[in-house]
Amino acid sequence: MLTLLVLTPLLGAVVISLIPARRRELHLPLGIALSVAPLGLAGAMFFSFDAGEASFQMVEKVVWWEPWGVSWQLGVDGISLGMVALTAILFPLSLAVSDSISHRRKAFVVAMLFLETGLIGTFLALDLLLFFVFFEVILVPMYLIIGVWGGERRIYAAVKFFIYTAFGSALLLAAIIALAVMHASQTPDGLLSFDYLALLDLDISSTAQMWLFGAFALAFAIKVPLFPFHTWLPDAHVEAPTAGSVLLAGVLLKLGTYGLLRFNLTLFPEATVSLVPVLAVLAVVGIIYGAVVAIVQPDLKKLVAYSSVSHLGFVVLGIFALTSAGLQGAVIQNVNHGITTGALFLLVGMLYDRRHTKQISDFGGLATPAPLMAGFFLFMAFASIGLPGLNGFVGEFLVLVGSFPSLPSLTVVAAFGVVLAAIYMLWAYQRVFTGPVERPENRKLTDLSPKETAVLAPLAALVLLLGLYPGILLERTAPSVEAILDRIEQNTDYEAPSPGRLADVFTTTSEEGP
Amino acid sequence: MIELPTEALWLVIALPLGGSVLLHFVGRWLGEPRAGYLACAASLAAFGVAAVAAVPFFTGEGHPSQSLLWEWMPAVGASFEIAWDPLSALMTLVVTGVGSLIHIYSLGYMHGDPRFARFFTYLNLFTASMLTLVLAGNYAMLFVGWELVGLCSYLLISFWFTRPSAAAAGKKAFVVNRIGDFGFLIALMLIFSSFGTLSYSGVFGRAADELTGSAATLIGLMLAAGAIGKSAQIPLYVWLPDAMEGPTPVSALIHAATMVTAGVYVIARSAPIFELAPAASGAVAAVGALTALWAATIAIGQSDIKRVLAYSTISQLGYMFLAVGATAYVAGVFHLMTHAFFKALLFLGAGSVIHAMGGRQDMEEMGGLRKAMPVTFLTMGIGVVAIAGFPPLAGFWSKDEILGVVFNQGGLFTVLWLVGLITALLTAFYMIRQFVMVFLGEPRWPEGVVPHESPRSMTVPLVLLALLSVVGGLVNTPFRLGLEHFLEPAFEGVKLGHPAEGVVSILVLAAVAVGAGAVGAAMAFFAYHRPPEAWRRFQAAFGKVWGWWEDGYRVDDIYGTMLVAPGRRLAEQAAFRVDLGVVDGAVNGVARLVRATGAMIRPAQSGLIRQYGLWFGLGLVALLAWILVRGGV
Repeated sequence: MLTLLVLTPLLGAVVISLIPARRRELHLPLGIALSVAPLGLAGAMFFSFDAGEASFQMVEKVVWWEPWGVSWQLGVDGISLGMVALTAILFPLSLAVSDSISHRRKAFVVAMLFLETGLIGTFLALDLLLFFVFFEVILVPMYLIIGVWGGERRIYAAVKFFIYTAFGSALLLAAIIALAVMHASQTPDGLLSFDYLALLDLDISSTAQMWLFGAFALAFAIKVPLFPFHTWLPDAHVEAPTAGSVLLAGVLLKLGTYGLLRFNLTLFPEATVSLVPVLAVLAVVGIIYGAVVAIVQPDLKKLVAYSSVSHLGFVVLGIFALTSAGLQGAVIQNVNHGITTGALFLLVGMLYDRRHTKQISDFGGLATPAPLMAGFFLFMAFASIGLPGLNGFVGEFLVLVGSFPSLPSLTVVAAFGVVLAAIYMLWAYQRVFTGPVERPENRKLTDLSPKETAVLAPLAALVLLLGLYPGILLERTAPSVEAILDRIEQNTDYEAPSPGRLADVFTTTSEEGP
Repeated sequence: MIELPTEALWLVIALPLGGSVLLHFVGRWLGEPRAGYLACAASLAAFGVAAVAAVPFFTGEGHPSQSLLWEWMPAVGASFEIAWDPLSALMTLVVTGVGSLIHIYSLGYMHGDPRFARFFTYLNLFTASMLTLVLAGNYAMLFVGWELVGLCSYLLISFWFTRPSAAAAGKKAFVVNRIGDFGFLIALMLIFSSFGTLSYSGVFGRAADELTGSAATLIGLMLAAGAIGKSAQIPLYVWLPDAMEGPTPVSALIHAATMVTAGVYVIARSAPIFELAPAASGAVAAVGALTALWAATIAIGQSDIKRVLAYSTISQLGYMFLAVGATAYVAGVFHLMTHAFFKALLFLGAGSVIHAMGGRQDMEEMGGLRKAMPVTFLTMGIGVVAIAGFPPLAGFWSKDEILGVVFNQGGLFTVLWLVGLITALLTAFYMIRQFVMVFLGEPRWPEGVVPHESPRSMTVPLVLLALLSVVGGLVNTPFRLGLEHFLEPAFEGVKLGHPAEGVVSILVLAAVAVGAGAVGAAMAFFAYHRPPEAWRRFQAAFGKVWGWWEDGYRVDDIYGTMLVAPGRRLAEQAAFRVDLGVVDGAVNGVARLVRATGAMIRPAQSGLIRQYGLWFGLGLVALLAWILVRGGV
């Protein structure tokens, strides 16, 4: 079933490319219809997933090329499950708001479906070379989506995106090959292997762990993006068309956090434990820095882009807190951020379609002509701020409460991010939607169309569902998260702080003090 | 007698929440007044359910109970669960009782507003949020209510969002509250780290055995930080006066009777932690006393009818903080209750006056309204006497108990008692001043204003609240400590602060407090029961000080220049200097460098995509070389 899930969008791309270019009215509706198929499959996968099971499920393996030990191997566990479901949900919605794309529409739909295959494949791949292929394949359609259908400085943004992330990929590939070579040197038959499950058994020296961790982490840190590797992101977002931004923020960035969680923590446990301070500090710097910079952005889309830097800092902090609650928070925050920020980018795009500007100062008082749009924006803004009862809170809260026992001072700093989030989001809302309507061109702004409402409503429903009943996801992720933590504890002398021992936190902090 | 299973208590939250959801979708179709009727019915029904469920506590047969609704975040012991004990019962009754009266009042006050239905959507949502807060069985769920209350206050303050000042005030309220929440979040982290759970039963049962003094102090201080934000204490009170931008029923509901009491409630609820942290309690008491005095002086200088009441609320909340800080949790909750009655009454009365004056709020333009609006005049008069602390009205009993406990603590608390006493004098002064300026003397109405009594939907709630303000204090008098016995099961194992025993000391203390109030009242009456020129002379006698009071000590300006402006400059530097200049500059610099190097090494291949190839190849070769050298380990 997983193979089918990966290949259906590709099949869709083929179907679209067979339709003659002059039947352009067919491309988009058919593309939307075709992207519903993987959504159905992902739904089936989600609900047939065994919540009590920590290891990979629905595994499929076909050996590809024996001498190199490469195989087509797919599987899903609690870490990837939510991301695959999120990807499948966001594609039909992003396509549905793409009718403002008039230039080379057919190619656009093909690129989008191609991108979907790449994304789902990356999350499901259990072979490192296969993972890398998918990870790289994504760059091409995304490069085109920004570079062909983007804004004024699209070429600069697309090239920057491509080179920056490809630079990381080069190191990643080298590290993957190094792992396969190590496998050959450590097994009696001397065979290379890219099988993730086989590579988990490698005995890697601490020095080698540090180098390989570094290569993996740099590739993923650029993707996240972790401060200070984030500057490609605002440019890419500002220039990308709406669908591109939604997927970039919603899914592409998560490849970074997913990769850290999936590979760095499990393959290099010793390096993970010793490098916690570096990554946690960068994460917290990103949380505060992204939020501060977001406050004064004059461009609404850039503001949301910087808010992503801040939110993903929470994910990375949760990962490197190395506690059960922190890791669970990271996994669910990954999904939640995709929903909320995806929705915010959709809304910014809807504004842009109407007014052809994203400058906050060009708006003002829009809640009067467009109350429904204002309502959705405010709802998503509060989800992003982390209002309890909505989805954003669950991830943020688990990360904060989970990180505190292992990283008390950093977590306190990170918690200040929730104040900053309220400032940048509500100030932006105030300037765009409240007050009197001063510009005449804003006076006749049309409110959301039924189609736009239909695109946003499912996301709003997910915001509420995951906010009030996150168990639907948490119960499926918890066993896999525990397994990762157990693995680290078995392979290193690290011991996750067990709750109920604040005394430890206090003695360590007071020892540091005077 | 119907016996209500405590499992059915979710209805108390679900009724107004359901009303709000329903109104959100069909409110506009229902229109005025049906949308309002629906909201009132939902609120009243919640009151009914709570009242029935609270009966066992009144008869003394009830036991505190917890009922789980569903798991939320099991990893941190957070679930949706309802804790039903006398404290949550009392809070629920106050919230739904006073809340329902305000709902009914709004039927008249919001008459004709184009967003009538939307207003009631928010009122119901607010009620549900506050009930979530007080009925929560763990700190995480409490935080849900805590933040949702903040959300509703944001929505209702900026209800007339086309006014820039209203939109700004809403945002200010939420952001300032969030600063307190920062402390509150840290408290939750500390609690989870200490106990491995956030549930009350898990925390309070083990606190005495497992919590060290320093941990308890830290948790207490962080909880207090959150409470200071929500209950508008120094230094985070600045959002409350601006919150008067919202429609007046909102001021009554949120910024007087219920929402701001959440901070006091949290401290009372966390009594088992504060009991282990005398330093944190002392800090709470000191902040409370200071705020009580500070805000009372500002209230004196205000001429806007609602701003007087806003600062008065801050000051009265200071009394409640003083009480819970002096471990007099019952007295604090008692004053919370009586204050809910008379402050809701005063705000709704003020709304009635504003309504009659065609939206005018400046007391200088009022005067002589007693004849035009007799019901408002009488009921507000009762509210004024109640808040000024004259017996036998509600405010007397609760304030007297607070001052009694604080005095009895001795030591530094004697200073706080003196502060409380001076505040009592000032309270009587500014309330009588307001009453005289609005209702007595000659009319100073602008042309075209013809004041009239408000409709029945507005006056009936006034009368009921006036009644409660008269008799509400009798539930807990030195002669019969009804409320204390009622609340006992909620404070099991907690040592409560008490006033001194003995009739003489009780009488002397009460006489001193009432005397202070009488002095203040008399001063205000003689200063303001005269033509405006005489007031001006009176005010001029204070010199510059009066100007400070009028401007609220310019705290908003100070925060603006000391915090907001530098913060904004910092953000601008970070965004435009650091991010664009340094961080991104480095990236582009590297790119230029690579391009130059690439051109040098291989002039034929200087295309951008090929640079990628170059990097790719170099990295690959370097790593492979390293692996080969290291022998593949």
